[in-house]
Amino acid sequence: MPTHTFKVNGETVTVDVEDDVRLLWVLRDILGITGPKYGCGINVCKACTSHVNGKAFNPCSVPVGALADDDEITTIEGLPATVGKDLHPMQEAWIDRDVAQCGYCQPGQIMAAVALVKKVRSESRSITDADLDGIRNICRCGTYVRIREAIRAGAAQM
Amino acid sequence: MSRPFRRTPGSAESTPSDVPDPTDSALGRRRFVGLLLAAPTLTVTARLLGDVATASPAAATGGGLVVPTPDGPADIFDVSDAQMLTVLPTASLIHLTLDTAGVAHFALHRSENGQGITTSTAMLIADELDMPIQDVSVTLADARPELLMNQFTGGSNSTMSTYRPIRTMAAAARRRLVETAAGRTGHSASTLRTADGHVILPDGSRIAYGDLAVDAAVDEDTPLVAPLKPLSELTMVGQPKGRTDAHASVTGTKEFAMDLQVPGALPTMVCRAPRLNGKPIRLLNHDEVKAMPGVTHVALVSTGIAIRARTFGQCIDAIRVVRAEWTEGTAGRKSDADVLADLRKAEIPLLVPKVPALAQTVETDFTFRFASNAALETNCAIADVRRDRAEVWSGLQVPLVARKDIAAKVGLPENAVTVHVTLGGGAFGRKAFSDAAIEAAEVSKEMGVPVKLMWHRVDDARVGRVHPMATSRIRATVLGGSVLTWEQRHTSVATDFTHGFGDVLTAAAAELPVVDLGFSETVYVLTQGTHYNFGVTTNLLNEVDHGFNTGSMRGIYSPNAATARELTVDKIAELVNSDPYQFRRKFIRRARGRAVLDKVAQVGSWGRRMPAGTAQGIAVHEEYHGFSACLVEIDCRPETLGRQVPDAVTGPRVTKVVFAIDVGLVINPRGLEAQMMGGIMDGVAMTLTSSMHLEDGHFLEASWDNYAYTRQWNTPPQLEIIVMPSTTEEPGGAGEFPVATSAAAVATAYARATRTLPAEFPVNHSAPLFFTPKSFEPPLPASPTDGLSHTY
Repeated sequence: MPTHTFKVNGETVTVDVEDDVRLLWVLRDILGITGPKYGCGINVCKACTSHVNGKAFNPCSVPVGALADDDEITTIEGLPATVGKDLHPMQEAWIDRDVAQCGYCQPGQIMAAVALVKKVRSESRSITDADLDGIRNICRCGTYVRIREAIRAGAAQM
Repeated sequence: MSRPFRRTPGSAESTPSDVPDPTDSALGRRRFVGLLLAAPTLTVTARLLGDVATASPAAATGGGLVVPTPDGPADIFDVSDAQMLTVLPTASLIHLTLDTAGVAHFALHRSENGQGITTSTAMLIADELDMPIQDVSVTLADARPELLMNQFTGGSNSTMSTYRPIRTMAAAARRRLVETAAGRTGHSASTLRTADGHVILPDGSRIAYGDLAVDAAVDEDTPLVAPLKPLSELTMVGQPKGRTDAHASVTGTKEFAMDLQVPGALPTMVCRAPRLNGKPIRLLNHDEVKAMPGVTHVALVSTGIAIRARTFGQCIDAIRVVRAEWTEGTAGRKSDADVLADLRKAEIPLLVPKVPALAQTVETDFTFRFASNAALETNCAIADVRRDRAEVWSGLQVPLVARKDIAAKVGLPENAVTVHVTLGGGAFGRKAFSDAAIEAAEVSKEMGVPVKLMWHRVDDARVGRVHPMATSRIRATVLGGSVLTWEQRHTSVATDFTHGFGDVLTAAAAELPVVDLGFSETVYVLTQGTHYNFGVTTNLLNEVDHGFNTGSMRGIYSPNAATARELTVDKIAELVNSDPYQFRRKFIRRARGRAVLDKVAQVGSWGRRMPAGTAQGIAVHEEYHGFSACLVEIDCRPETLGRQVPDAVTGPRVTKVVFAIDVGLVINPRGLEAQMMGGIMDGVAMTLTSSMHLEDGHFLEASWDNYAYTRQWNTPPQLEIIVMPSTTEEPGGAGEFPVATSAAAVATAYARATRTLPAEFPVNHSAPLFFTPKSFEPPLPASPTDGLSHTY
């Protein structure tokens, strides 16, 4: 069985698994990293949103064989370390706004929010309503309004 | 949010036609007393005192042009009352334990799926017991057969029915700690007080609760009378509190069923039939499936071909190569139109009321399409079934029925089955059924190994529970500005109540104000209160067809019935040249209903001028011992309807929602606001965008881009939720409440903005399908491989 080496949350890992197994299952079923959630497996619900080399992506749609040795995966578990704190400012904003209800989609929501803020920053602008309207992550509890508030508050602290 | 205060029910502005609140009953205030239980550390429960009383019917008074409507059955004794009544005999079977570290432990006999009851329960215990909330540990109880009907999460009833027993336990614990400290120090108990997890002596020195936990324990059960604190002395109840699991949620450490590591429980999925509920006849290529990478076991079970593998991804790949023969399924080859035709045939005729010849008749007729109650966490469970015992983990609203059904399925006595209730990733009525838990147990037994079973999103959408298609028809007669008669007839595909709710109503049968009604009809009648003084009022249900997997969806009938009702109210108001708000205000039956209506009209600036193609709408809904009103502004202008978001259902945009909620006693206003916000998102979707399409014996929707539940691009940019100051001393229900009110308000706004009365909901159901249905054979789509091309 082929082995695959890449970085997850700052640590280099090597797994023995077929090339075409999607990264979500490598993370959850083999490495036991359960922050990224399954919601559809077809890159629609975005519950598994994580970062690859600092950009948002959905591991349900990436074969593990597509990763290079130096690719860095960050899941919700590794987000605080990217800012050297116990909690990322976006996570603090989430707690401050009491966003989560069932909480199932929230790791993905937070990872998407952080990437969105970074993206608009790189375009030298701030978050607009249209940016927020364009977030695809579904929340079946309907926490959308608090998510929007938290993203703006979290962005101010990033 | 101010401290909750006492107010006489109905002390909101009253008019002579007002009738008392349905909540002004003795049911919720049954007296409980504390009982110390024999245990190594302090352990207490609550015991019921006295007999069960029944609420008395309230008399209607009337006057002027308002033709009073006498109380209907739900106004006298509703489903909430039935639920509260049936849990009383087992209320004492819960207990609170204090350990030597000073931590209070309580295993809540309800399921937590995001609604916030673990937080509000911790607040109640901490407040009554004078201890920091972080020292209160609320977990979820395993299935406990002795609880009978007192382990059923549904009907927005958890807080209503557990409020007094939980406070009573905590009060008794506090009293016992004070007595123990008094005995140890020689002080009189009356000179001691408690604060912050300590007993405070007269000299100011403190004894931690944990230091008293062993001495406070008793050798035999001992009654202890400990009055509850007056509401005015509670410091947490009524104050906004963030969720106790917020940190776990945002760090990804909150554990759902599929996050648990049970030894040997490998990923397992089921390949299902091409048509709804089709059964497997035979698997044609067992060896090919078994040889797929990662696959460990393949088994034919009652619901399909189960596949266990190293990863879920490999289960999906193996499902895609399955070749099998299947039965046709329970929906045959039916499509939406066939089901609607069956409903039409079953509709109960509306009466021709005996009213003066000059009276005008207003008739409405609405169709409500199948909708999905799927949560984001798909149906899932872990099961480990051995020869002589079984253990199951799953998010379950009714774990006792799950235990019974699992035992029957795997052929074990019930007492050999242990069911653990895990934190749920949303429920919405779906988790009232234990479909995945039963299936997981069957698969584990067939394979002889533990399984971590999860449904694919496609199956969760297509084969999971749906809210039934229904029609709702109303005929009212109007004369000179008065409504003389009001008939509502709801006809629905049968709702499945086999999850234990039937036991609740059966147990409460002697108290029910209805006789000779079938079960569903009883539920309908007992959830549909009379909202307005519309003269002679009747409201009945008829059901057809049992071929579908149905269930409640954040409410049973009310979201549909209320939408029909409020649209018809608007139509009558228009007929008599009355403003929709003023018309409701005049005819609404209860003062608390009028208070929330006035609140949204005032805060939402009802009647402000709006551009053509946009409009306000307003609606009220009473249920769950509470009152709500909703004002909506909607934009149906062409530029809004045509706005483009990739792969999105846009359409009309709800631009503003003002929602007022009176639940009686408010425990956690922040959590209550959260529940209202979420329910409003349901209401927006139910009216505008979300439905299931049945075609040729199967539902077409297979993803969240097919089933258009509210997304960010549909979210109201302005949302204001007003939590009314507490109006009673008893909490009402919350979770399902806002769906009916908001769905109805969005519908009234849509009708006013478009100057049309929609015939069906959601309003887009019969528009050309906005997606290409995914394949049925194979039943699952291939997992994408292009994720690295979509980074941002």
